[in-house]
Amino acid sequence: MRRHFRILDFALASLRRRRLKNWAIVAVYAFTVTIVSSVLLLTNAIRQEAALLLVGAPELTVQRVVGGRHAPIAVEVTETIATLPGVVEAQPRYWGYTYDAVTDSTITVIGAGPGSAELEMVEGRLPEHSTECAVGAGVAAMWGAEVGGEVILIDASTTGVLYEVVGTFAAPSDILTNDLVVMTGDEAALFLGLPEGWATDLAVRIANPAEVDTIATKIKRAFPDSRPITRSEVLRTYDAVFHWRSGMMLAMLSGGLIAFAILAWDKATGLSAEERKEIGILKAVGWDTGDVLELKMWEGVVISVTSLLLGLIAALIHVFLLGAPLLTPVLRGWSVLFPELHPVPHIDPYLLVSIAFLTVVPYVAATVAPSWKAAITDPDSVVRG
Amino acid sequence: MSRSRSFGAFTAVGLATVAALVLWANSEGRRWQREDLPRLRLLVTRLDLTDLALWTEARYTRHPSQTDLFSAFQDFPAAPEHFPSGSITGPPPALRGTGETSGVRVGRP
Repeated sequence: MRRHFRILDFALASLRRRRLKNWAIVAVYAFTVTIVSSVLLLTNAIRQEAALLLVGAPELTVQRVVGGRHAPIAVEVTETIATLPGVVEAQPRYWGYTYDAVTDSTITVIGAGPGSAELEMVEGRLPEHSTECAVGAGVAAMWGAEVGGEVILIDASTTGVLYEVVGTFAAPSDILTNDLVVMTGDEAALFLGLPEGWATDLAVRIANPAEVDTIATKIKRAFPDSRPITRSEVLRTYDAVFHWRSGMMLAMLSGGLIAFAILAWDKATGLSAEERKEIGILKAVGWDTGDVLELKMWEGVVISVTSLLLGLIAALIHVFLLGAPLLTPVLRGWSVLFPELHPVPHIDPYLLVSIAFLTVVPYVAATVAPSWKAAITDPDSVVRG
Repeated sequence: MSRSRSFGAFTAVGLATVAALVLWANSEGRRWQREDLPRLRLLVTRLDLTDLALWTEARYTRHPSQTDLFSAFQDFPAAPEHFPSGSITGPPPALRGTGETSGVRVGRP
């Protein structure tokens, strides 16, 4: 045991002799671990948040499709759907978008169903009259709106309509409500220019989750121009968007991994003349091949464990304490109204083990492999180069 | 203290910091699930929400789950892509060729 500690001592002294180069490697290595881990932690957290939140979404949303595109659906369709066995409730949804030219932002307008005036996540209340609205935190901040204030929105006939703000959504709900303006259902339909008796789509609540697919098939059969979207499809969409194989993960993860591969490749392609000389001298003074390989393994372990720990600590602080400021510009894209990210921590131990395995093992292997070649060569020829 | 002991101490402190951050994060996650999740889920149910309010620049990024079946070019053919979120959001399951949209059938009734 003492022998291993001696070799570790020697490895640390050897790293210390080339401290500038090794600290530079640790900095790049730790930064790569930070970026890769941040992406994995953030997307995993958002994916988990979406899965937990959207469980409250309707079991089915029923759209009407005209010319391959989403079109308004007749409200009377709800009467037929409501008679299907297993359906608890079918309600029209009135929602759409409005563009605010002053701030260059697109706002989502949504009609609240009856009986939803009081919600804990709303400071104030939801609208009860056609002249009232509730706004998300992003919209409120953009317009400087607060409860009791007024906002003007441009409706479908390009007329400015004045609304009293009776509620604002609380910050923890930003990820759901940041760009929302909530009106009464009838007012939202009027504002969005939906013809009377027509809705954006329908929300269908079903008692038994096992019956959802059957009911969707029945709706599709009764209304061939409809497109039922099940809640499991909604959840699968978010699972796919934030899965490691999706666009974002692939773009950022592959960038990070390529950077790491270049670093490891640089190590694996050969030793510096100084390192070769050091191995030759060690062999000449009596070290055997096993000792030299152990020395190089310790050097790899010290660098990779140091980088891994620094990178993981930085990633955890970056994502869960600071709200991922380095990744927000990438996630934000063209969005004007982007919620302030407060990812709900969800750390899968499997994720941490994967990061450790993907980074430490290849680096240690890349450090040991070229040393083995030098260690089995005759010391005299190694020292002479 | 020998160098190996210093390195051992550094590793132990690093591991303890990671463990402390993970424990803190998991307890925060549990607190959110206990305190905020029921209220947020009620909000989702009452307003019949289906999507997260992350990207607001196009219909298919604001409501990825409700998007048209050919959302990439829905504005007009060869419409410029909204980079980077257009490349961040993957195609919806219905476009993956698995026929996951419920009840699709061939032929007129």
